[in-house]
Amino acid sequence: MNYFPDEVIEHVFHFVNSNKDRNSISLVCKLWYRIERFSRSRVLVGNCYAITPERVIARFPCLKSLFLKGKPHFADFNLVPQDWGGYVYPWIKCLEKNRTNLEELRLKRMIVTDDSLELVAKSFSNFKSLVLVSCEGFTTDGLAAIAANCRFLRELDLQENEIEDHRGQWLNCFSESCTSLVALNFACLKGDINLAALERLVARSPNLKSLRLNRSVPVETLHRILVQAPQLVDIGVGSFVCDPESETFLKLTALLQKRHSIRSLSGFFEMTLYCAPAIYPLFSNLISLNLSYAPAFPGKELIKILQLCGKLQKLWVLDCIGDKGLEIVAYSCKELQELRVFPSDPDGDGNATFVTEEGLVAISSGCPKLNSLLYFCAQMTNAALITVARNCPNFIRFRLCILDPTKPDAATLQPLDEGFGAIVQACKGLRRLSISGHLTDQVFQYIGMHAKNLEMLSVAFAGGSDKGMLHVLNGCEKLNKLEIRDCPYGDGALLNNVRKYETMRSLWMSSCNISMGGCRMLAKSMPRLNVEVINENGDLNRDGDDDQLVDKLFVYRTLAGPRTDAPDFVWTL
Amino acid sequence: MASVDLHLDATELRLGLPGTSSPEIEGRKGPVGRSIKRVCGELDDGFDPKDASAVREDVPRPSKTQVVGWPPVRSYRKNCFRLNKLEGESGCGVLVKVSMDGAPYLRKIDLMTYKGYSDLLDDLQDMFKFKVGEYSERDGYNGSEFVPTYEDKDGDWMLVGDVPWNMFTGACKRLRIMKRSDDRRP
Repeated sequence: MNYFPDEVIEHVFHFVNSNKDRNSISLVCKLWYRIERFSRSRVLVGNCYAITPERVIARFPCLKSLFLKGKPHFADFNLVPQDWGGYVYPWIKCLEKNRTNLEELRLKRMIVTDDSLELVAKSFSNFKSLVLVSCEGFTTDGLAAIAANCRFLRELDLQENEIEDHRGQWLNCFSESCTSLVALNFACLKGDINLAALERLVARSPNLKSLRLNRSVPVETLHRILVQAPQLVDIGVGSFVCDPESETFLKLTALLQKRHSIRSLSGFFEMTLYCAPAIYPLFSNLISLNLSYAPAFPGKELIKILQLCGKLQKLWVLDCIGDKGLEIVAYSCKELQELRVFPSDPDGDGNATFVTEEGLVAISSGCPKLNSLLYFCAQMTNAALITVARNCPNFIRFRLCILDPTKPDAATLQPLDEGFGAIVQACKGLRRLSISGHLTDQVFQYIGMHAKNLEMLSVAFAGGSDKGMLHVLNGCEKLNKLEIRDCPYGDGALLNNVRKYETMRSLWMSSCNISMGGCRMLAKSMPRLNVEVINENGDLNRDGDDDQLVDKLFVYRTLAGPRTDAPDFVWTL
Repeated sequence: MASVDLHLDATELRLGLPGTSSPEIEGRKGPVGRSIKRVCGELDDGFDPKDASAVREDVPRPSKTQVVGWPPVRSYRKNCFRLNKLEGESGCGVLVKVSMDGAPYLRKIDLMTYKGYSDLLDDLQDMFKFKVGEYSERDGYNGSEFVPTYEDKDGDWMLVGDVPWNMFTGACKRLRIMKRSDDRRP
């Protein structure tokens, strides 16, 4: 390759899109590093504190698309205190200062302020795509700024963010000349929107393929939008409440019978059961169905619908579906690749319905293409997991959450070591694993021995000893993220293989047996790690004894040194 | 197998740090072994609710001990469901209050447990010991001093029986069995 002129090499690199591959390319030789860095336009920074924005921009001056991740994953479950960090503003400021031609910004678990959004809107004239996942800190005013200023906006995708809704007219702020929208998702907004503005926006967006509405959008508006936009492929229904004898309902029913191009359906935040038949014609064409926010679907309706979904590849449902419902899915949805079953009663204080190991076994035997699973269930057995492993060796993501997290095998009362062991042994391509239930060191021995492609492991309430954690650290060569809560691992486990942490993005440990002394030792021996002790309750004394127990620890490799925006209760040792 | 020490207290769920012995468990433990009544709504098409997997006498309910961050569900999703609960939208059942003029206290029923109006009215008549008259579309209920009415989503008081059953279950917020002397309609 070195005999080719640079332009030829650059042209070849143009076809390499995956970040992993590009990272590998850049390690081959200095020449390739140089060529690669000028040709990379898509950059992923998996931990916003691993590197400074200045260095990223210096290395990739042609960057157009930036994907940043902030808080540790367990922040999604309230384990990380509110003001821990993950602010996007410094990144945007830096991009603006360097006059980067930013077109796409994707953020996950970050604090985004209205100021940040305004800065994005005003600094990048070619800005096309904003995707915010599980972020917070902004209001609809920030959205208004984006709408008003980004004349070529193609995508505004808000997924499960906490957005303060000022019930303003942010949708009105899209200028009349903005006709480039391809995807708009505001399902997570809680407030009302200007329906007329929405309809006008849809009418002038001929490329709009994906539209996800929030619960305030009534079915009359949905009907008008569908008439206006026959090209829509992905729809998130807001409210589906109407009088089944009304003209709207009749017209909608007739319209939906002809919409064969709709491939993805979600939403239904509220629903009149009597109106369900209107949407039946859609199901046989669906590839993706998310009913996990639609608690009003009773089992009977759900079963009728699922029987129609012959082409379904992705299904998100609530556990109201029951094992019997999952059997119907197994029978009807032979193309299924991804299944997520969420708890319908996450606070656990009602008459919850749930699924068990039977539902999972049924799915595994009926859906051989299944490769991604998130399953909240009441119980599990080793026998079931062994069967699942045999039926579905193609799992890439396998996440099992037993509602009672230390529950053993429901039939034998044994730990679930053998079951998960079978999964890691059979699924050679497994990249992500979450385990729960009564577990001992044995399961980690299996994981260390077999899960050679594992990148992310989540462990909660496991039993055993330090050996468990060591099996994983020493055995899982590709381990990138390890998050542990409420397990008996102590300093011995933490300090046994400290070099490992530099090969990983991050380690989270909470409610384990780690001491201040252990953390100090780690920080001392590995200067290129940030060892953050999170003193949420104020129990710890920073200069105090080594034997103080550390409740929350977050360790990550970084080239940026200790961060300057840490709050008082976060100590980088 | 029975002789194996399962080290249950080592795996005991608690909020304290491992090694400490003061469990600060908030919330309450629910009764273990409580059976789940039914999946959701009525189930037909050859599917007998009695053998529904949700009806398991032998499965202990998940413990009600509240642990921070478990089950691991995003707060956004949890908040959505809390919102639904507050708005009274339960996924599986339409609970409404029933009052009768002159009765000392109200009752609560689940509309989803009835197949239709006759089923509902039979049960109400049984519960409150009264009789409704004959229903006709034109004249309403004739032949009794008691009239079943309901409050719909718009806040209007309507006569039970005028709209299709499924529409009624979606619209009904509460029931009131009126005594004819209160009925101000002509």
